[in-house]
Amino acid sequence: MNVSVGTLALAGLLGTPAIGALLLAVIPTYRVAAVLNMILCALTLASAALLYSHRPEPSLYLLVDDLNTVFLIIGTLVGFTTSVFSAGYIAHELQSRKLRSRDLRFYHALYQFLMFAMDLALVSNNIGLMWVAIELATLTTVVMVGIYRTNAALEASWKYFILGSVGIGLALFGTILVYLAAQERLGEGMVAMAWDRLAANSAGFDPALLNLSFVFLLLGYGTKVGLAPVHAWLPDAHAEGPTPISAVLSGLLLNVALFALLRFRLIMAGNPAVLSPGPMMVTMGALSLVFAGFMIYRRRDIKRMFAYSSIEHMGIITLAFGLGGPLANFAGLLHMAMHSLTKSAIFFGVGYTSQLEGTQHIADIRGLTQSQPLLGWLLVIGVVAIAGLPPFGIFTSEFLLVTSTFARAPWLAILLVLGLMIAFSALALRLHGLAFGETDKRHALPAWRLAPMALHLGLVAIAGIYLPIAVVAWFRHVATQLG
Amino acid sequence: MTTLDSDIAHLLAGSLVLVSFLLLYQDRMFALLNVFALHACVLAFSVAWQAHLQHAPHLFITALIALLFKGMIIPAALHRIVVRLGIHRTIENVVSIGPTMLFGMGLVALSVVVMLPVTQSAGAFVREDLAFALSVLLLGFLMMVTRRNAVSQVIGFMSLENGLVLAATGARGMPLVVEISVGFSVLIAFLVVGIFLFRIRERFDTVDLQALDMSRGESE
Repeated sequence: MNVSVGTLALAGLLGTPAIGALLLAVIPTYRVAAVLNMILCALTLASAALLYSHRPEPSLYLLVDDLNTVFLIIGTLVGFTTSVFSAGYIAHELQSRKLRSRDLRFYHALYQFLMFAMDLALVSNNIGLMWVAIELATLTTVVMVGIYRTNAALEASWKYFILGSVGIGLALFGTILVYLAAQERLGEGMVAMAWDRLAANSAGFDPALLNLSFVFLLLGYGTKVGLAPVHAWLPDAHAEGPTPISAVLSGLLLNVALFALLRFRLIMAGNPAVLSPGPMMVTMGALSLVFAGFMIYRRRDIKRMFAYSSIEHMGIITLAFGLGGPLANFAGLLHMAMHSLTKSAIFFGVGYTSQLEGTQHIADIRGLTQSQPLLGWLLVIGVVAIAGLPPFGIFTSEFLLVTSTFARAPWLAILLVLGLMIAFSALALRLHGLAFGETDKRHALPAWRLAPMALHLGLVAIAGIYLPIAVVAWFRHVATQLG
Repeated sequence: MTTLDSDIAHLLAGSLVLVSFLLLYQDRMFALLNVFALHACVLAFSVAWQAHLQHAPHLFITALIALLFKGMIIPAALHRIVVRLGIHRTIENVVSIGPTMLFGMGLVALSVVVMLPVTQSAGAFVREDLAFALSVLLLGFLMMVTRRNAVSQVIGFMSLENGLVLAATGARGMPLVVEISVGFSVLIAFLVVGIFLFRIRERFDTVDLQALDMSRGESE
């Protein structure tokens, strides 16, 4: 019985968005499409939740285990709340004639297709299939970033395309090398690409080939994660595309690419003769953290600023996983979950702000807590949370990470704290101008539109004050598996 | 595999590296497109030879895709686009030809130095094939870095991708090779259509990426 429920849930997880994409491509009215988009995302979320308790049997292509259920549930949850946000956001874009209703049909179909590709990447047990799914997800977002067809949007989209393709190329070369290493031991064909077989048998693989492959994989998938120095596409893509896509990029796609890296890290971990991938990940993570911290200072565009903040946080998460060990892995997982929720909430707020104010220029936005108090205060809470202040979940995870780093690599901890402080002060500086000060403007915004933002921030606050024991046990279990 | 068989395979894979060098210094659009068509044809022969050696008929599909799509359709389409955009005179090089070629040679040496010791245990053919493939990949990167024009960047990307297909077919019995080459074809079609659309919209006076940078609006 268990097996059939699990298989059904897996079919629901992949089938709902796939069929949904086709369905939305033929529905002309945007109101119906937006509602349907929400329903489809809710169904996908339900399937993912079902997969938590009912696991289907792993096959050569698909696998549901402890690690990917964490990513799946966070991903589908953010996907669902973003679809709710998107419904309100898109209606405004249509009114202000930035998008036409034909564009919206395209947009909704692509949204579901993106969900499909990301879910497929997460549940794939085959490193080739995972690569294909991540490529599909990237392509879809490239098209969505360029949907406004302004000069800036097309340029952002082109840059993302070129850098993304280079990343894709490197990752494929790495994947081929892993296959070559595995093929000598596991034999030719699909078996040598199945992740669970690879991880179980990696002790017998040629360590030199594995080492080389990880370099390519780290650079390739690292481009997608947005790690410095291969992050250049990320701020443009976040700033110029529609805001729901910025939320999905930060909250979801970056995590999926990181997930791919973790999968390969586990293959490496099974072989004692290889170089430890940890120091490489720590270096790139720390570099992204410090670099992005400084970059936040210089931004004039509000979405670009939070895009750099995403680079910073992906750096922190990569650093945590690179450090390894149960405590740092736990901190990394928790931080990833909290960052997804907080950053997408911030982008919801930023999306409404730029629509109401008619600009993305930070200098032109003032006194948000007066002109639209609910939105203003929610945005303040969001920025306080992302900056890593208590009582929010990000404080918990950063605290855990800093303490475990101090215990194991004190010099690194100094760098980590320095990076966190730089980003914190940069955000605090900008927040002051955005949220406070005198203004005569008053904006009307229906309260329900802010529900997804409030929900995310509520969850982050709850996690910071009291993390449920079931979640702790679940994350701890996954953290131990990650080694 | 007889010596002659692997010699022919080496000849074809080595020619691909050589044609990659030819691509590096082409400074006219049409010549660049023709050399790229040659690149794709050499790849097609190389893949077809692998399909024959490995008794893997599905690889013939990959070879056919390389020959028809990348060797004929794409260069023809780009040819028309180049004429339509009026950029058929010359290509702007960021770095001049001499240093670029020297750098390219350095990259080939690097890939040989990196790949040969690492793949000691793999079969003799796989070793050299991977070194060639990595060379083509790196030369593709070099081309993307040194060119500013969008069309030649796409050609750089396609030559890079040819290197990947070479590596994938060289890895004996690797699954999903055909699917991956189809996936790449879709990607390239997107790129070409993208370039075309840029122009159709007449948003840009040029496809020069330096000019695109100006429109970014990130003024300090």
